[in-house]
Amino acid sequence: MTRYILTRLLQGIITVWFIATATFFAMHAVPGDPLSNEKATTELIRKNLEERYGLDKPLHVQYGIYMLNMVKGDFGISFTQQNRSVNDIIREHFPVSATLGILAIVFAAVGGVLWGALTALYRNKLPDIVIMFLVILGISVPSFVFAALGQLSLVTINDWAGITLLPVAGWGGVGHMIVPAMVLGLGTMAFLTRLMRSSMLEVVNADYVRTAKSKGLPATRIFLKHQLRNASLPVVTVLGPAIAAITTGGFVVELVFAIPGLGRYFVQAVQQLDYTVIMGTTVFYGAFLVLMVIIVDVIYGMIDPRVRLS
Amino acid sequence: MSDITSDTEDAFARTAGKQLLWLGLLAIVALAALMFALGWLSQLTASGAVTGEAVDVRERSISLAMSGEPPQLDSTRATDQVSGFVLGHVMEGLLRYDPTNKLVPGVASRWEIDAAGATFWLRENARWSDGEPVTAHDFIFAWQRVLDPATASEYAFILFPIKNGEAISQGQLPPSALGITAVDDRTLKIEFERPIAYFDKLVAFVTFLPVRKDFFERTAGRYGADAKDLLYNGPFTISRWVHSASIRFEKNEFYWNRDAIMLNVIDTPYITPDYNATLNLYKDGKIAVAALSSDTLENALVQRWHLERFNDGSIFFLEFNYRPGRVTGNYNLRRALQLVTDSGELVYKVMKLPGNLPGESLFPVWLNGVDGLFRQEYPARVHRIDVEAARRHLELARQELGLTRFPPLVLLSGDDPLSNKQAEYFQNVYGKQLGLEVKLDKQIFKQRLAKMTAGDFDIVMAGWGPDFADPLTFGGLFASWNLNNRGRYANPELDAQVRVAENSVDPKTRMNAFGEIQRIIYDDAVILPNYERGVVYVRDPRLKGVVRRAVGTDPDYTSAYLSVD
Amino acid sequence: MAEVRLDASAFEHVTATRDVQTLTRPSLSYWQDAWIRLKANRRALFSLFIVIGLLIFTIFGPLFWRVDPSEQDLDQVSQAPFADRTARIVDAYQSWDGVMALPRGAGDTTATPRIELAQPATSQAVRLVWEPADLAHGYRIYRNIYPDDGGSALGLPLGEVFTPGRVSFEDRLDLTARTYHYTVVALDQYGAEYPDHTSIAVEVARVITAAQAEERGLVESAESVAVGDTLLLPLHPLGTDYLGRDMLARLMHGARVSLFIGIVAPALYVFLGILYGSTAGFLAGPADQALMRFADFVVALPFLLFMILFKIAFGIGPGESGILPMLVALVLLSWPATARLVRGQILQIREEGYIGASRLLGARTGYLIFRHMIPNTMGVILVTLTFAVPGAIFTEAFLSFIGMGVAPPTPSWGSMCNEGIKTMLTHPHELIFPSLFISITVLAFNLLGDGLRDALDARMRSRE
Repeated sequence: MTRYILTRLLQGIITVWFIATATFFAMHAVPGDPLSNEKATTELIRKNLEERYGLDKPLHVQYGIYMLNMVKGDFGISFTQQNRSVNDIIREHFPVSATLGILAIVFAAVGGVLWGALTALYRNKLPDIVIMFLVILGISVPSFVFAALGQLSLVTINDWAGITLLPVAGWGGVGHMIVPAMVLGLGTMAFLTRLMRSSMLEVVNADYVRTAKSKGLPATRIFLKHQLRNASLPVVTVLGPAIAAITTGGFVVELVFAIPGLGRYFVQAVQQLDYTVIMGTTVFYGAFLVLMVIIVDVIYGMIDPRVRLS
Repeated sequence: MSDITSDTEDAFARTAGKQLLWLGLLAIVALAALMFALGWLSQLTASGAVTGEAVDVRERSISLAMSGEPPQLDSTRATDQVSGFVLGHVMEGLLRYDPTNKLVPGVASRWEIDAAGATFWLRENARWSDGEPVTAHDFIFAWQRVLDPATASEYAFILFPIKNGEAISQGQLPPSALGITAVDDRTLKIEFERPIAYFDKLVAFVTFLPVRKDFFERTAGRYGADAKDLLYNGPFTISRWVHSASIRFEKNEFYWNRDAIMLNVIDTPYITPDYNATLNLYKDGKIAVAALSSDTLENALVQRWHLERFNDGSIFFLEFNYRPGRVTGNYNLRRALQLVTDSGELVYKVMKLPGNLPGESLFPVWLNGVDGLFRQEYPARVHRIDVEAARRHLELARQELGLTRFPPLVLLSGDDPLSNKQAEYFQNVYGKQLGLEVKLDKQIFKQRLAKMTAGDFDIVMAGWGPDFADPLTFGGLFASWNLNNRGRYANPELDAQVRVAENSVDPKTRMNAFGEIQRIIYDDAVILPNYERGVVYVRDPRLKGVVRRAVGTDPDYTSAYLSVD
Repeated sequence: MAEVRLDASAFEHVTATRDVQTLTRPSLSYWQDAWIRLKANRRALFSLFIVIGLLIFTIFGPLFWRVDPSEQDLDQVSQAPFADRTARIVDAYQSWDGVMALPRGAGDTTATPRIELAQPATSQAVRLVWEPADLAHGYRIYRNIYPDDGGSALGLPLGEVFTPGRVSFEDRLDLTARTYHYTVVALDQYGAEYPDHTSIAVEVARVITAAQAEERGLVESAESVAVGDTLLLPLHPLGTDYLGRDMLARLMHGARVSLFIGIVAPALYVFLGILYGSTAGFLAGPADQALMRFADFVVALPFLLFMILFKIAFGIGPGESGILPMLVALVLLSWPATARLVRGQILQIREEGYIGASRLLGARTGYLIFRHMIPNTMGVILVTLTFAVPGAIFTEAFLSFIGMGVAPPTPSWGSMCNEGIKTMLTHPHELIFPSLFISITVLAFNLLGDGLRDALDARMRSRE
């Protein structure tokens, strides 16, 4: 087990290195000048700025320097926030995104498994039809609409109650998290519900379930131990990438709810061609994703005895 | 047989359903617990945006939303509007604007300006937020730093009127050669490179703010990156800055004029550019001022709020590419486009925000002329739409260029929804009225700048905000040597007028020159003005005395106060 | 004892008879069987018709509804469906110099200007004139959609008049046929408002000039109508958008982009994902590890950055449709999710008894994968596929929004949603219609996916 995890971590480091390299060269291949601004500048000022950021050196030298610094854990200074280091940006804003992301993913996973199991149980009956209708609504309405609607309903509820039950936007306490996390997790929850329903239906008629039933095991035990456990395997598989997607994909929600997360920086950095922030966030998220995948695989191995970790 | 199965199936479903219910309840409890745990954790990481009410009359505090956060607060390198807003509240230069937009003493208690130079006498009680006095050396350090090529300040050009300024920024002279001397700690003497008519207006600008040398050196390259990395000498200090979450201003107890500052606290616990979000926050009583977009206007009307409008001083226009090989270098083509461009229709039917004014000139309406407003003394040409004449000019252009038909014109625009709307409007108008094919080149910020600088466009949607309250900030834009003249327009006649405006100190001569520039811009169809940007906003009725202005700190809360009548 | 007589015939081979096991029904292949069961599923069949209907709407719709989706009708901006569209013919717009008045004699110290209309109010312009107020240094003009209730809400601040002596204002801002309440407030020398003010209610008539009517094809020629005639403006059955463009036509044309991206991209990348995932799952061991690490690598690449790169690599110039690079980017960067899912399933299935049995019977790898493994992962695959459809549609919307998708004025459902959200409360139809079409598409693919799952599920096969 330990050996397996260590091997995976080593592979992970190589993966991250690949991610960093590909992003580095892709970023430099994109036309546009991270140093340009609305007001034009003279040649000399440009040259000085280039020197400050080391852009005057040949690309492979820049790559070498960057990799060396990265190994030391230094992601450099942001281009747009000129006096802030990328390390600071990640340190200050990742916890916010992570908090929101964890809440959203737990919300999505728990909701998805429960709803999915329910629909499979009542297949083609009323609960199934109602939930499936909501699921389809949930996936065919984009998140920016849900974010706007969520906020609007908060305002309406507060207005109706006469006091601020839940804050409309901002960050700071439990109240600030509930609605944004729900909005963020909604799409994933719909997906997981659908996935759970489908895999539940496959499990319902599986041989081991039939065997269990004919053995006369109590229904509760069959449902929990055999059906639910087996059916949630595909859900666990997609959870790893989903965590990363939710944590990085919070852009719209963070914007609408004025949440100081890293998702905003991630999208804006590409638009602003902020080299160091692009690299920093991509490498950081890449490492995060790889880690999540490893964790999910380990959990997978624990849930499913058929899959051997080796 | 089948009946029996379905019976047992049903029984199974019921048991399982009950179990699911319990699981669900358990999950809800667990979720709630997790939420509180995370909430407690997130308070530890101390973003701690205390979300108070919009206005607290007793505590004399207000809450606001900001559209973005300042990239950094080093005044020698600040370029953007948000930084200008923040620095305007926490710093003070030699001079500042009063609520009626007149220049009044700031750190300097009096000043003298003549053709050769200027002298500023600093007040004794001007202090930094650590209690040390603000001295002439702080200005010298800051200004030399701006011009030092190593600083790479994008606003270095604004100090070029000072003797040797340009040479220092080119690296030909050391920063110490700058024509500025401290006669004593409280007397600042400045020598000019050339006579300058608007130096008093210049020194109110952000780039001219003081920086104290010993403090700057202590921050080790992080000056202005965080609340603790900045020393304040203005009406407020920043007591807390949580990046992209909040900035909290508190009254500066060391400010010389602290008795005139009525607000104790300005908090900005929300940073979002989303108009709907700010509107919702205002509706919820969380912020004191909310800007409106054309899309949220009608909501505001329904709420029966008192709305206000204001022109922020910037102009927006279509700029042509004059580089060789571009058809837009042809006068008749530009004239044809000019004759079908209706800025009124754009503003009234497409943009639909009452704050915007249809563009008629390079010079916005708020600029002062000799005695009154410039645009009243030198009215813009009356522009009439004439499709027939436009088509004649287009035909002429086609013959002059020796084309059988025009190649598609590339219109470079930004990626925000507003410029998108305008670009689609122009595409339709030029297609319908002149049969010209317009290709829209929507680009994200840096790519658009790269294309503008490289000249990779025919027409570009551009804008310009004023740096100082003199028509020259607009008038010099299309001089052939101006780096911001992205279309590379070059006209000796216009250049000559810009020279006059730059070098003369006689108001009448200068305004005549600007009048000529305005005429040339229209007659040669150099640019097509679109609109003067306006803002419509709603303000908590208890908050009074907020000053909006085109040049200088905007909005300005230093003279704001709260009252409940 | 009976003598047993054996003749030669007893030693002849028995001829094999074919009729011992007569199949009562024709033999069906897997796919034939699936098709029969799909046909029996009414919901799936219904959704199949919806999909076909959507395709007809997209392909043949524009042949019947021949309205240019990029034609801007600035007289009918953000018009709700089936709104009133009668308009009166008026002369072309002439600019107005306004009215100047000298201050009246001293003694009259009123600061409440009385307002009149300089000419009948039309959607072209509303021209207001008021009596000069001596104390006024200027005037501010407000326009409201509610009558003045004595409160501070006077409506939209349209503008200020500071020219000395001017007592008129022309309003052209987004005028629609409704009642407006104009208020003129006198200002003191500092620009502050005097407390008193008067209002006027103005009924605005919808008008159009003869030249515009001809241009829109409403009349044969501009000469055939006279000023004062009424006619009907172009019909927009589903209303118009923020530039007065026909929603129905935009939905039809937008479907081309959205359905193309929404169907082709997921189909391709899910296919790629199945191939990749099943290979990894089947091979297992180190090969699987290597393949999955590569998948992790692809997931972590920043989509936006590579989208820009592909656009450049494809040489997409300004104004050209960026659909192809978008498709490539989507396909190349989105497959790992499906691959992971399929691999997970295959890893499970390869341990199943029937795989072992089949292998013992000498099944080849390809047969194992395509006959046993993939049909058994169909449920999960179809779920991913049905979810990939809206996912791709919204990715396109996001890209169009930041200027990297389809070139304007080409519409797409996603970008129409993006635009509609901003006016959600005031012009809901701009959001509802594109959302509705996306929902219908998603619904159809979900039901179809459900039906297909049931039909393709090998374990359901023997059930009647």
